[in-house]
Amino acid sequence: MTQYLSGILSLGLIYVIATVGLAVFTGFTGLFSLGHAAFFAIGAYTAAILTYFYGVNFYLALAAAGVMSGLVGFLIGYPTLKAKLRTDYFAIATLGFGEATRVLLENLSITQGARGLPGITNYTTLPVIIVIAALVIWVAWNFVHSRHGRAAIAIREDFVAAEMMGVNIFIGRLRSLIFSAACGGIAGGLFAHYFCFIQPSMFTAYMSTQLTAAVVAGGMGSISGPVMAALIFIGVPELLRVANIWRLVAYGLLLVLIMIFRPQGLLGYREISLSGIRDFFARFRKGARS
Amino acid sequence: MFTQTLLTGLAIGGIYALMAVGYSLVFSILNFSNFAYGSIIMLGAYIGYYAMVRMGMPIGLAIAVSIVGSGLLCWLNERLAYAPLRKRKASSLFFMISAMGTSIFLENLVYATIGARFYNFPELFAKSNLEFRGISIGVLDVFAMVFSFVAIYGLNLFLQKSRTGIAIRAASYDIEVCSLNGVNIAALIGLVFGLAGALAGISGMFLGMKYIVYPTMGWITNKAYIAAVIGGLGSLPGAVVGGVLLGVLETFVSAYVSSVVRDVFSFSLLVLLLMVMPTGLFGRFLEEKV
Repeated sequence: MTQYLSGILSLGLIYVIATVGLAVFTGFTGLFSLGHAAFFAIGAYTAAILTYFYGVNFYLALAAAGVMSGLVGFLIGYPTLKAKLRTDYFAIATLGFGEATRVLLENLSITQGARGLPGITNYTTLPVIIVIAALVIWVAWNFVHSRHGRAAIAIREDFVAAEMMGVNIFIGRLRSLIFSAACGGIAGGLFAHYFCFIQPSMFTAYMSTQLTAAVVAGGMGSISGPVMAALIFIGVPELLRVANIWRLVAYGLLLVLIMIFRPQGLLGYREISLSGIRDFFARFRKGARS
Repeated sequence: MFTQTLLTGLAIGGIYALMAVGYSLVFSILNFSNFAYGSIIMLGAYIGYYAMVRMGMPIGLAIAVSIVGSGLLCWLNERLAYAPLRKRKASSLFFMISAMGTSIFLENLVYATIGARFYNFPELFAKSNLEFRGISIGVLDVFAMVFSFVAIYGLNLFLQKSRTGIAIRAASYDIEVCSLNGVNIAALIGLVFGLAGALAGISGMFLGMKYIVYPTMGWITNKAYIAAVIGGLGSLPGAVVGGVLLGVLETFVSAYVSSVVRDVFSFSLLVLLLMVMPTGLFGRFLEEKV
């Protein structure tokens, strides 16, 4: 039983890492990435190939996974964000990117195509995940409460006004995307060394959906909200042993219901905190109601 | 070989164009990406399949049933998932999330209830080919192509000549002013969704006959989003040009390069085009309204 619970917690926290990354991007810049599973996949494959074929140290491989996904995020983000694409256009571009990545993974020889990579060493243990998740949340927290984070929020709320105030929209969005992609990559690296087997069909649009659903349900503009949502989304269906397919039905319904009844999500722009931050977010609460 | 490929491409392009027009029609009025549209097309294929195979209707009647069924579903989709947001004047981001939710919900509901089984339409024309000077093209392809273009032409005629069509075009310029001039906007939007649903029914039928009917067949409709973006979202001629262009180019890539890189190609084409022309070929919305 403890093993079962620790398994759920491990998986939940791996998703938390990726969700925090997406929360920093989607929640704080208002842009939608429908292909985030691709960053997860790139990280998983980078780390797995490094430890599997080249015997690289696990932690170095994890770092490489983050760097690689961040780099790909930069390559995707630079042209699309530079062109200041509308939200819809950007979402469709990322959708295509996610699918294109999967097709590439299925056809490269180093990834062993659709057969996937079996027999990856199990390096990912619960303590490792907890430490890395805490680290990522800490960094994300500092990121969104820094100058860059405030700039990102300004971009989301009103990008014309933000630009007038001297915020560089392109840099702000690109920085968030790279951070977000790197988080996805690290989560992917942990995932690969947790399940010891990866194949391209694991990283479908459903994974992207699950991440997006967690961010939206947790509250766009919050870090702790999506963290909780990710844990709930993984944990509750797992504990209740709900068939996978009905989970997705519920996610879909949940997204629509949240948009109709509580568009600001579980926590809205707020965070779970003792004090201090409340004043900071009080200014944005007005926006949350609309 | 060249003419052969061109004809096949035009046949696929016709269906892409049909889907892209339905998608763009909604966009032109409500200014958001209706990601649920792919699921409506998928359901259209199922309705057509049930009508034709299970209830033994002739093909003409089955297409009619599929058109009416998808039209109603699309209308219902708007009433349930978008109308509450419209009343609150929510931003297009919320519409998009709601649309994504609807799409996930419908797709997985089909999975969970009908199942992941593949269904084949009876081979009406699939095997028969028209031969002309060494070029052979499937009768189904010709039928689909002709039917698609006739449907698009009919829609165009309706939008250009009828009173309601003029009201729809007016609303796509400025929904508020249109409302001030005595147009019942709620009814008009319902009609637009119904029309888009009707197109979804036709394209669903043809996609189902050309390929197979299964829950994630809506994935093909991502091509329609890409086509619509290439043509410029909200522009109906753009959607037609984008659809045909994408269909033809893709077929050439599959024929002369490899069918594996086809999807990667469509995506790269999209990103490259958006970098040069951020509004697509015929788009008129450069940036979002704040």
